Amino acid sequence: MDFSAVDLARFQFAFTVSFHIIFPSFTIGLASFLMVLEGLWLASGRDVYLRLFKYWMKIFAVAFGMGVVSGIVMTYQFGTNWSVFSDKTGPVLGPLMGYEVLSAFFLEAGFLGIMLFGLTRVGPRLHFAATVMVAFGTALSGFWILSVNSWMQTPAGYSINEVGQFVPENWFEIVFNPSFPYRFVHMMLAAYLTTAFVVGAVGAWHLLKDRTSDAARVMFSMAMWMAALVTPLQIFAGDMHGLNTLEHQPAKIAAMEGHFEAENGAPLILFGIPDMAAGETRYKVEIPKLGSLILTHTLDGRVPGLNDFPPEDRPNATIVFFSFRVMVGIGFAMLGIGLMSLYLRARGRLYDAPLFHKLALAMGPTGFIAVLAGWITTEVGRQPFTVYGLLRTTDSISPVDAPAVATSLLVFIVVYFIVFGIGTMYLLRAMAAPPDSGNGPADMEPVRAAGVTPAPAYRDPHTPKPAE
Amino acid sequence: MELDLPLVWALLIATAVFLYVVLDGFDLGLGILFPTARSGTERDVMMNSVAPVWDGNETWLVLGGGGLYAVFPLAYAILMPALYAPIVAMLLGLVFRGVVFEFRFKASEERRWIWDIAFFLGSLTAALAQGIILGAIVQGIEVEGRAYAGGWLDWLTPFSLMTGVAVVIGYALLGATWLVWKCEGPMQDHFRHKAMMLMFAMLVVIGIVSLWTPALDPAIAARWFEVPQIFYTAPVPLMVLGLAVVLFRSLSGTRDVVPFLASLGLFLVTFAGLGISLYPNIVPPTITIWDAAAPDSSLAFLLAGAAVLIPMILAYSGYAYWIFRGKVRPGDGYH
Repeated sequence: MDFSAVDLARFQFAFTVSFHIIFPSFTIGLASFLMVLEGLWLASGRDVYLRLFKYWMKIFAVAFGMGVVSGIVMTYQFGTNWSVFSDKTGPVLGPLMGYEVLSAFFLEAGFLGIMLFGLTRVGPRLHFAATVMVAFGTALSGFWILSVNSWMQTPAGYSINEVGQFVPENWFEIVFNPSFPYRFVHMMLAAYLTTAFVVGAVGAWHLLKDRTSDAARVMFSMAMWMAALVTPLQIFAGDMHGLNTLEHQPAKIAAMEGHFEAENGAPLILFGIPDMAAGETRYKVEIPKLGSLILTHTLDGRVPGLNDFPPEDRPNATIVFFSFRVMVGIGFAMLGIGLMSLYLRARGRLYDAPLFHKLALAMGPTGFIAVLAGWITTEVGRQPFTVYGLLRTTDSISPVDAPAVATSLLVFIVVYFIVFGIGTMYLLRAMAAPPDSGNGPADMEPVRAAGVTPAPAYRDPHTPKPAE
Repeated sequence: MELDLPLVWALLIATAVFLYVVLDGFDLGLGILFPTARSGTERDVMMNSVAPVWDGNETWLVLGGGGLYAVFPLAYAILMPALYAPIVAMLLGLVFRGVVFEFRFKASEERRWIWDIAFFLGSLTAALAQGIILGAIVQGIEVEGRAYAGGWLDWLTPFSLMTGVAVVIGYALLGATWLVWKCEGPMQDHFRHKAMMLMFAMLVVIGIVSLWTPALDPAIAARWFEVPQIFYTAPVPLMVLGLAVVLFRSLSGTRDVVPFLASLGLFLVTFAGLGISLYPNIVPPTITIWDAAAPDSSLAFLLAGAAVLIPMILAYSGYAYWIFRGKVRPGDGYH
């Protein structure tokens, strides 16, 4: 099969950005989790929180490192493969990314070193401040990059100059473009849930091995609170996001729903196979009226169909129909876990339910799958444009030859699978290590009688550990 | 008077690139010097001497790339496709180099050598690619309309390979003098010796590149060798010589901070020399900083933030260095 440079560049971007998004989804949530753990430790003095903090910090460091290196690739990928896009959108999107680097990346990177290595050097309060800065930096980077992505989906506040560049007219409208608030909330909650389900799975794994482990109990309990409280919020945020998409990108909604013909009182298609060539969804299993109810909150509201749009402007429904269902399905499975956890907790059996722990373990990676499925839905749904309705993907590409893109693509695939495969193995190994052993409970605990200077008042954290 | 925003931003981006070059320069230099360490303990110390700060150092590269996209989008759009292969090589090198900081300590003792090699090759590749990128920009890039018009191997010339080697040597010198500062005892002596050899190599490559660059383009030659410009440019080679003397004397004695500072000085002076050769082009020989600049509204919007945030970044990055000041000893680190 013959691929054009556009196909290859699209695949390369999809590949590198998919690998990348896995790590921020995890580290955004994990940074906040670490902040909460350290805050609880400082407030309560309970050493289980410090143990958990140090346990997850090691995992955070590995995941964060992979996020950094895969992120730098993205910064340059805009230019190498999508130079026309870069030239045209630079004046509008470039400054947002500039703000991301200046306000978020430096903050994370500057305080990460103190967070990882500095507890004995700066004392617990300053160290906590560093952890807060890292958490704040990760969230702030999410703010800016989601603003950039949202502007590509729902451009606003711009005009077009004589050489065809988008130029800024109103920065507030650019940053807070119509889909940004929804996408930002939806993604941040997704990051928190993704992390919660990983933490929950790790807690469940250790509970299955040792039901009395207090560290496993604490992390499992915290994760299940997140599942129970945040999943409903996320489903609500997702619904709002969908309504926003209906308003601004109706073709994407039509593709997600598998509707080719617009209709009033549209059904909800639960399953089917959208056939782009034939212009219909085959083997439909549908619930009457429910599509309109969900999307318009009325029984006979109008739901758009792909045939409303010229064929060259339609996104690929076969892909987004399924990716959307994967995401939603996982969301409701998470809700189920959250509800079950409430039930078990009310009956006092949260730590004493091996079957539920196995279920939580199986749910561990689902956050990542949902995040990827969600991004595939929104990005493929934006096609065939890079800037929705204004700049086509085929007009965005660099003047590079297909062999150059193909070669670099192959190298990226090989290197990413090796490097991030091994990294994932290290992550899993760190997660498999029991949270109660290792440094021993007294490690780095404040020794209150040791004087007034903070640094010597901590025991040396660098005592050799059997695992290393 | 109106502020010349493209010029202000050109200076800011140049500053970011310079900070990247010297800060990640010594990190990458450590990687290049990794095979010369005499034991696993020495490699641990080398790595731990930069582990808390390397990520911040590398962020200046993100600012260089992101900043170019923001304020000189045309330059970004032309340079990236023109430098496709070395950019990809640099990124992959940085991927390997970056993950090793965590992976190496997670690996078992028997497998650690794999990551030692990855750290060396990743650092070497990134440094070589950066030097080649530099050379490819200096030798000029073919442009038609608003796009790169050359082939996908135009960057590969004897000159760009020479600048690639020069950057590798320069980074190794920065790394060696950093270790003279951060280590003590026999390890310090070892790298003091290495730094001395690298200094001579560095002077040779500076000489070659300095003579080769004006030979590429008569306009560059005119800046350096014709009266009256020569009165403004002559201090550059004189300062290189002065710094070389300082470096030589400090490496011969027992000073431990001065060699690193003198190496930084060498980089600063050669970087200034580069600026003299290229100004005001951002994509030599045709596109100036004013041609490539985004509209003033974009430049002003980001400048407002940069004016507040860059001093803050310098302050807390400096604070991080201050916290981890002093000699690095075996066993430091959180692993």
